[in-house]
Amino acid sequence: MSVETDDSMHDDGHGHVQVDVTLLPDELIASAAVASADVAEYALWLGDDSLVLAQRLGSWISRAPELEEDVALGNIALDLIGHARSLLHYAGTASGQSEDDLAYWRDEPEWRSLQIVEQPNGDFAHTIARQFIVSHFLFELYTRLRDSTDATLAAVADKAAKEVDYHRDHSVQWVLRLSLGTDESRRRMLVGFSDMWPYVDEMFRDEPLLDRLEGVAVRPSSLREAFERAIAPVFAEAELEEPRGFIASGGGRRGIHSEHLGLLLADMQVLTRAHPGAKW
Amino acid sequence: MTSPAPESTARPRPVDAESLRAWLVAATVVDPEIPVLTIEDLGVLRSVSVTSSGVDVALTPTYSGCPALDAMRDDVHGALTAVGYTNVTVRLVLSPAWTTDWMSEEGKLKLIEYGIAAPTGHSAARPSGPAGPVRLQLAVKCPRCNSLNTRELAHFGSTSCKSLYECKDCLEPFDYFKVL
Repeated sequence: MSVETDDSMHDDGHGHVQVDVTLLPDELIASAAVASADVAEYALWLGDDSLVLAQRLGSWISRAPELEEDVALGNIALDLIGHARSLLHYAGTASGQSEDDLAYWRDEPEWRSLQIVEQPNGDFAHTIARQFIVSHFLFELYTRLRDSTDATLAAVADKAAKEVDYHRDHSVQWVLRLSLGTDESRRRMLVGFSDMWPYVDEMFRDEPLLDRLEGVAVRPSSLREAFERAIAPVFAEAELEEPRGFIASGGGRRGIHSEHLGLLLADMQVLTRAHPGAKW
Repeated sequence: MTSPAPESTARPRPVDAESLRAWLVAATVVDPEIPVLTIEDLGVLRSVSVTSSGVDVALTPTYSGCPALDAMRDDVHGALTAVGYTNVTVRLVLSPAWTTDWMSEEGKLKLIEYGIAAPTGHSAARPSGPAGPVRLQLAVKCPRCNSLNTRELAHFGSTSCKSLYECKDCLEPFDYFKVL
């Protein structure tokens, strides 16, 4: 061993009691905890939401209206893939599956994502409407999930809340820009919201699983008020009214999906299934 | 290497000599996307401890999806095994979540020299209330000409951790390391 150390580094520059950083009480290891079946199911829900939305956003790369937006949507997708990886890894600990097993080897009925995230990209305004709705929902969700009694979920949420806050900002800027832009951009923003709005209700429904996860999971129904409060000023400033119309029947948490998810999964899973076990 | 300045908010180094030795090896690893910054400068290196059973290193990702993290993990493992350590484990720690407040003052200076504007202000100062169209943002200083007459071109830049700015005086675009 020839490691040189500089003696000055043994000096404690802070002049107070040293904390042993390897034993911080709030320390949490991202990969050690094992989830119970119920917690794993909940982690799967959230992981699936992020992964499906990331896959949708990734399709914009090279197709966005401007280069900066290619980069923005790509970066947002990357954050979401990060959240999905942590959540799916954790979900897999209950059944001995890896994050990749869960991402590539489940068929459509086994996916637990909300129906809004699988909605097609449509035009740019559709994507922004979906992004605005989902990032506001996720921000409220992760902000509360920080207090989960499950240390792993709380840690993922702590990280994700900060990142989703930036996603929320991004979508707000675009909603204002499109709504208050030209007649055409405004028309498209209105159509985007009215096409995405039927899927809003499903986000806030409490499934029976929540009754078994008191303190661990966040009740979606408890987020609705904060969500409405956060979006109202943006709608007011954009001179938009909250769309009214039919409410989709939902069921994503039980594996019921629109026809769009199967196509998205086919695209996402084809390579892995054609070459099982292949490595880059 | 010199010790970080007292006002630095970087992660504290271990106190026992054996662990500090290993820490200094791990601290030679740089961010592959910003090669002037070590993982210690970034605050990504959380803890290093040497025990009879081996070396345990904890890293904190800057962003959940940061693709540089896998490279940093491998490089830490490689750096420690190269100098003779065995049984090296590199763990990823998510909580407490990484913040730009953990970046060392020295790291910020290196960033500016490299042409990237360093995070201004503290993450605690980021308002996190209801989203509004305008957020209080301290002026970002151009790393080339030091002008404060700059504007954000794009909130998301070349990597997750950066946004794209332009200087209205020297007219050069530059990356800004976002406050998180």
